[in-house]
Amino acid sequence: MSEPSLSAGPIRLARGHRVQFEQAQNCDVLLYPEGVVQLNESAAVILKLVDGTRTAADIAAELNRQYPGEDLTADVREFLEIANARGWIT
Amino acid sequence: MHEGGLPNPAPSIKPPLWLLAELTYACPLQCAYCSNPVDFAEHGKTMDTETWIRVLRDARQMGALQLGLSGGEPLVRTDLEVLVAEAHSLGYYSNLITSGLGMDAARAKALKAAGLDHIQVSFQSSEANQNDEIAGTRSYAHKIDMARAVKSAGFPMVLCFVLHRDNLHRLSEMLDLAIDLEADYVELATTQYYGWALLNRDRLLPTLEQVREAEAVANGYKARLKGKMDIYFVVPDYYENRPKPCMNGWGSVFMVVAPDGTALPCHAARQLPGFEFPNVQTMSIKDIWQTSDAFNRYRGDAWMKDPCRTCPEKEKDFGGCRCQAFQFTGDAANADPVCSKSGERHLVDEAISSARNTTVETPIIFRNPKNSDKYAIKLSELSPGSK
Ligand code: SF4
Ligand code: SF4
Repeated sequence: MSEPSLSAGPIRLARGHRVQFEQAQNCDVLLYPEGVVQLNESAAVILKLVDGTRTAADIAAELNRQYPGEDLTADVREFLEIANARGWIT
Repeated sequence: MHEGGLPNPAPSIKPPLWLLAELTYACPLQCAYCSNPVDFAEHGKTMDTETWIRVLRDARQMGALQLGLSGGEPLVRTDLEVLVAEAHSLGYYSNLITSGLGMDAARAKALKAAGLDHIQVSFQSSEANQNDEIAGTRSYAHKIDMARAVKSAGFPMVLCFVLHRDNLHRLSEMLDLAIDLEADYVELATTQYYGWALLNRDRLLPTLEQVREAEAVANGYKARLKGKMDIYFVVPDYYENRPKPCMNGWGSVFMVVAPDGTALPCHAARQLPGFEFPNVQTMSIKDIWQTSDAFNRYRGDAWMKDPCRTCPEKEKDFGGCRCQAFQFTGDAANADPVCSKSGERHLVDEAISSARNTTVETPIIFRNPKNSDKYAIKLSELSPGSK
């Protein structure tokens, strides 16, 4: 079976998923039915841009604008592929 | 990582991630596999709205994130929407764990409006008569309607099928039903033998052949539905040779608060002798978590005996389940006897063969207040510790 591939259109968090900052953990977390994932800084930055209007390319462009210097496109893409395979985004 | 053999220094106590609020023991169903304590009818008064709100606040302040609203049947409480709204404003991810009884389309919408995040609906079977038989109550048709209402209110839905000898052969039917009801996740929950399920174990424990067959069916669906519906199937631990990492370690991420306010490190812990479990009405959540004897007794690994004490796998499974160790060996500090390194594995094997020799004609003992009074005594006689 092949993994469902990352959409070229706008992406959003999967139903029942949300990102929020946690004081006690001092980090952002992803919450979903009966589960929690602690996010590292880059994962949190990317997931917060997933809003149902931006495409993967938009998100990469936005981050390249925010963090000029290195081209982040490949990293963003790689993370979104993983997030997609785990069912965090659709 | 630690070398096997050296007890860890006192572990630093991280906050709980999970609060499981058992809001009531009242339930219209009578499932023979219910994990509620057999003597539930004798337990104290169910806490009121205000007290629960304080519990939610205090646990959230410590860092609890996931909230399970469970029971009994949590929908029995008319203040459920109030508690959900409070949980939502506190920033919990709230999960309602229900049989669907007590729900209607309007209530599903009201819970959504109050900020509930997710609903888990449990089924006893994929077949109406069997469902109603196991539940001891006519409920199947209503459950189907409610699963649809949950989805149309916009919730992510987990369907939970509790598996045992009588329904394991229906696994593909259950998964087809889950597809039809558009479940987002399916939990194929093997019965765990605590509480009422322990009382009915001879009658409920499936055979190894049944389990292997079911596993193959589940794996087939999993591959087919990858990316569409997540399916969890766990082999009953009696058929494994390593125990489950129970609760992710005692006092590590999980706190249960029972209807009367008793705080427990796991749902089944109440049966353990030699404990005085703290109550949220007389002790703060923070003190319960950090300083109470009950939550510290099996925290970390300093309490372990051989073979766990010197076992390199103790970081992975924490020596298994304390309640299972107690139920089989009479000492909760022993290795979980499911483990092949435990000297008591034969006790689990004996339970398996005892179930094998039990016919389907043996009556099932339903979970209801009458049987609670009757069997509370019988079960305590059965526990090896009280002999
Ligand atoms: S397992 Fe069955 S009897 Fe027990 S609380 Fe759940 S629905 Fe009620
Ligand atoms: S001996 Fe104890 S720690 Fe080692 S695998 Fe068995 S139960 Fe786990």
